[in-house]
Amino acid sequence: MSSYRPEGIDDSFANDGAEPTLPHLGARGTVRWVWRQLTSMRVALMLLMLLAVAAVPGSVFPQRPVDPAKVAEYLVDHPGSGAWLDRVGAFDVYASAWFSAIYLMLFLSLIGCILPRTRAHLAAVRSRPPRVPRRFDRFGTSAGFTTTTTTAHAVAEAAAVALRGRSRWLPRFRVDVREEPTTAGPSTWAVSAERGYVRETGNLVFHLALLGLIVAVGTGQFLHYRGQAIVVQGRGFANAVVDYDTFESGTGFDPSSLVPFSLTLDEFTARFDPETLAARYFRADVTVRSPDGSERAESIRVNHPLDAGGAKIYLQGNGYAPDVTVRDAAGEVAFAGPVPFVASDDVYTSRGVIKVPDVSAGDQIGMVGFLLPTALETAPGLWRSVNPQPNAPLLVLSVWTGDLGLDDGIPQNVYRLDETGLTQTVDAAGAPVTLYVRPGETVDLPDGLGSITFDDLPRFVALDLRHDPSLGFVLAFALAALAGLATSLFTPRRRVWVRAVPATGARTVVTTAALARGDDLGLQGELDRLLAALDAAGVVAADAGPDDVADDESPTTPTDDVLEDDRHEGDRHEGDQQDDGDQQDDAVTAGDAVTAPEANR
Amino acid sequence: MNVAELGDLSTTLVWGAATAYTVALIAYTLDLARLTERAGSAARAARQAVAVGGAVTAAGGAVAGGRGSARAGATATLAPVRPAADRSSKARGIARSTTILGLLLQVAAVVLRGIAAGRTPWANMYEFALVGTMVAVAVLLLVLRKRDLPFLGVAVTGLTVLALAVALLVFYVQADGVQPALDSYWLVIHVGVAITAAGVFTVAFAASVLQLLRSSRERGSAALSRPVWRWLDTVPGPGELEALSFRLNAVGFVLWTFTVIAGAIWAEHAWGRYWGWDPKEVWSFVIWVVYAAYLHARTTRGWAGRRAAWFVLVGYSCVIANFTLVNLFFAGKHTYSGL
Repeated sequence: MSSYRPEGIDDSFANDGAEPTLPHLGARGTVRWVWRQLTSMRVALMLLMLLAVAAVPGSVFPQRPVDPAKVAEYLVDHPGSGAWLDRVGAFDVYASAWFSAIYLMLFLSLIGCILPRTRAHLAAVRSRPPRVPRRFDRFGTSAGFTTTTTTAHAVAEAAAVALRGRSRWLPRFRVDVREEPTTAGPSTWAVSAERGYVRETGNLVFHLALLGLIVAVGTGQFLHYRGQAIVVQGRGFANAVVDYDTFESGTGFDPSSLVPFSLTLDEFTARFDPETLAARYFRADVTVRSPDGSERAESIRVNHPLDAGGAKIYLQGNGYAPDVTVRDAAGEVAFAGPVPFVASDDVYTSRGVIKVPDVSAGDQIGMVGFLLPTALETAPGLWRSVNPQPNAPLLVLSVWTGDLGLDDGIPQNVYRLDETGLTQTVDAAGAPVTLYVRPGETVDLPDGLGSITFDDLPRFVALDLRHDPSLGFVLAFALAALAGLATSLFTPRRRVWVRAVPATGARTVVTTAALARGDDLGLQGELDRLLAALDAAGVVAADAGPDDVADDESPTTPTDDVLEDDRHEGDRHEGDQQDDGDQQDDAVTAGDAVTAPEANR
Repeated sequence: MNVAELGDLSTTLVWGAATAYTVALIAYTLDLARLTERAGSAARAARQAVAVGGAVTAAGGAVAGGRGSARAGATATLAPVRPAADRSSKARGIARSTTILGLLLQVAAVVLRGIAAGRTPWANMYEFALVGTMVAVAVLLLVLRKRDLPFLGVAVTGLTVLALAVALLVFYVQADGVQPALDSYWLVIHVGVAITAAGVFTVAFAASVLQLLRSSRERGSAALSRPVWRWLDTVPGPGELEALSFRLNAVGFVLWTFTVIAGAIWAEHAWGRYWGWDPKEVWSFVIWVVYAAYLHARTTRGWAGRRAAWFVLVGYSCVIANFTLVNLFFAGKHTYSGL
């Protein structure tokens, strides 16, 4: 494509098909160029879109931090694509390199945008409001009248007072009154007023709060800890790393910082809807024993966590833990205690495993099966639970013997039976043996293995203990972001100008104009309020319309243009514009800011 | 009257509201057709009168001798098809009154539903759709108070009838209590604000669609130049629609930000973590980012206007996906549809 040149076109820049030479940037120049690109609005926009797209896979694929079991299941079900997806981080999207890269670049872009803008905003707040444009008639919103007696200076002062408003510390407008000398006769007085600086302030607060938010979240990740414990009714646990079933913490967590309180579950109350059997109310009554020995009774409910030892304890789950005693072939007690069974549905059909490794002689015993809180035989040999409450509990177990595999040193799931070293016991006909045990009953195990006694049916609760010192900061930054956002979106930014020109016969011709950033329905009202205030101050003599305004302007009024004025300020339109190195962009957006006069041109 | 009967009465009222909105939908459509017809004849009249009009403007300018009146004349010839906002039409009156009737029936239905369930009436998909459309219709009535936009009426009542039908036929569940995790005052705050945001986004979406259609027709799109689309000449210009859409989306975005923050606070109370990338949280985040991108696009050179409007369409699709796909097909902690 380099050699094609249409006939008749003499391109003076095409010097014999040579490649156009780009200006040499050098290392510093390149860095500067990259930084400009990164902090440009277009790249920020692209990163935002990328972030939205990149977040979606996390809702489609199972995520390891949320549900590792589901991920393992997915990998088994999709042997081909699963491994490939795993390699690109599809099962831990929000910690993946690409997702992190996007949001880190976005925040880098944010910093590069916010810092110069903060500087510019501070300068703008300190500087005088922009000068009064020479001509008002280009503005869509303008009005005027002629006074009979008041001098130009008095009109300007009255307008300044009206625009500032009553509050001295929080003026409605920043107002600047200037004298515009004329070649002959009394001076013209001009008032320049601007409001809505908090719009940009809010915008900056919003973006800075987002930065604070991510820092706070990161700090929380670094310092937090979280432990899970299953506590059976009548029993308890101590707040120590070893006492939790699972425990995870940030790299900055110090285990010795755990407050050594202990907690006992006294009572658990569960209520269900009598018709739909849906869960309605759960309450765990506990006793918390502080390190100094003092005790207090507390209750934990869903949505009402308990504060203890600087951490919060949440009620995350509940179920039944049948209390059983297993005797071996020799009649010795081989196992005794409650075994948590995990509920899998609304009627608490619970699955669990009883592992009996410590038999005095012979093979180890494993029992796997279900607990049915209210068992009903729907067909011969077919039992199911019909109510989550323990009205007619029944344990249904199958029995395995052999090696439980507990001595391999490989951690085992307590809710699963590893069947590799085990054989299921069968009856004379070769059918698997199923035991049915009710509370208080003792049932013999097959093949003279011993017996099992169903002593009691206490409930258990799954407690989640969590400590995150950054929570307050996260909330504060989030609320600051919300406040900044609302301020920046709902504060109108307006400029109002008043010019009072002395005319013949002690009269003063007063013209006013108003300009808003973007679309502003309240602009006309702003001007009307000013006129009403001037009227109330006794400045306005006659009820005169804009047609009375003299067309000719004072020859000595400033010649600067609104457009020029906007660019001169270094102001970014809408506060969001950040194409720093691109003068053209600024000019275009500044033009956008004054769409009102443009439309009327 | 017992609780079950109250619930049934509420359902009957929802059917009544849906019927009223259907009548309103037809009336808005007729109004739109009438407006288009008038615009067509006005355009023809304007074409015939263009030479005369020019002369009159020049004469008027000379007589008044003021710039203001000359400008007024120019404006009058530039926009001949835009009818006066205060026109009266029978169809419009019917549309307005049936919309108000539908809203009143719906408010009554929501209140009865709340009494029947003994809690805040927005805890499952049926109730979410019910209250969300109620907010959308309320916003519609507010917007139409000052503007003559029958298309917006068609779009919002159309979406509302559709949503109510789907809610009644697919999402419906008996009025009942809630699971312990939902038994919190945050249900009122978090879900209430989320529904309001969704309602506001709905009207903004309609405005942005209208903006895109109108600007495509102005740019001479072949498909939109057909006479069927002549009604587009009667709607406000793309600039005005963009401004309307932005104002609504700004409100919606702030409400959505609050929804996400309130949700995080509630999650911290109920689940022991403020953010866990649950599918609903993921999609709320996606919605937030898309609307944030929209706000940035509006102020970026080359992206303001039409391109920014596409963000609104994408954002609203995400709102709908968050409500339907996430509730029904993705497993997560926000499975409250009751289905």
